[in-house]
Amino acid sequence: MRLRVLYFARLREALGTAEEALDLPDGIDTAGALVEWLRRRGGAWAVELGEGRAWRLAVNQDLAGPDNPLRDGDEVALFPPVTGG
Amino acid sequence: MKIAVQTEPFDLAAEVAALHRDNPKVGAVASFLGVTRDENDGHAIQGMRLEHYPGMTERALRRIAEEAMARWPLLDLTVIHRVGELKPTDPIVLVAVAAAHRGDAFAACEFIMDYLKTQAPFWKKETTAAGSRWVEARAADDAAAARWSDRPRGNG
Repeated sequence: MRLRVLYFARLREALGTAEEALDLPDGIDTAGALVEWLRRRGGAWAVELGEGRAWRLAVNQDLAGPDNPLRDGDEVALFPPVTGG
Repeated sequence: MKIAVQTEPFDLAAEVAALHRDNPKVGAVASFLGVTRDENDGHAIQGMRLEHYPGMTERALRRIAEEAMARWPLLDLTVIHRVGELKPTDPIVLVAVAAAHRGDAFAACEFIMDYLKTQAPFWKKETTAAGSRWVEARAADDAAAARWSDRPRGNG
């Protein structure tokens, strides 16, 4: 499954990337599984997406929970809790 | 309904006038103006940069506006949020809501701001004398949105 993954704000800076195209192995088929898979990259990925860090995710530009299923071609975004207004 | 995300300033008086000028059914326009302060958490703020998620931002704001239209008998509304570089005293956000009566206009205006604060993908990075830092989300904002009985999603 191929996804586009976007990172914003503090996460973009800490992870050193704004966007990447990912080929996911079979079995990584929910937003939560994707985050767990990214965490296994270690380093800043393990820290920023790890326990005790607050983050939010969106699938196809809607806020989503970890159980949200992923499909080929989806756009997933990871970002800190929002601070607009 | 007008939803805009822009770097340029906006004209509050012109936006409010546009909501009632041609509609004699409007009896109330409630507006909220958010403005950049020069202090946050005890730090002097020299300026800030507002980042957003183009595409999702407009979609999220439209969804919040539509939810407000569904909850209250509103006649029209405008949401404008600025992005990019802002300095103290610069307006950041305008929400203006037109209804027949003030109660609906006040409530919807507050609802839209509470949801915008917790659901629209904007992030502030402040510049202080010590450097720049990302603004942390406030639990009080989640609590304010939760009053309208919705829950933020994520891991904490």
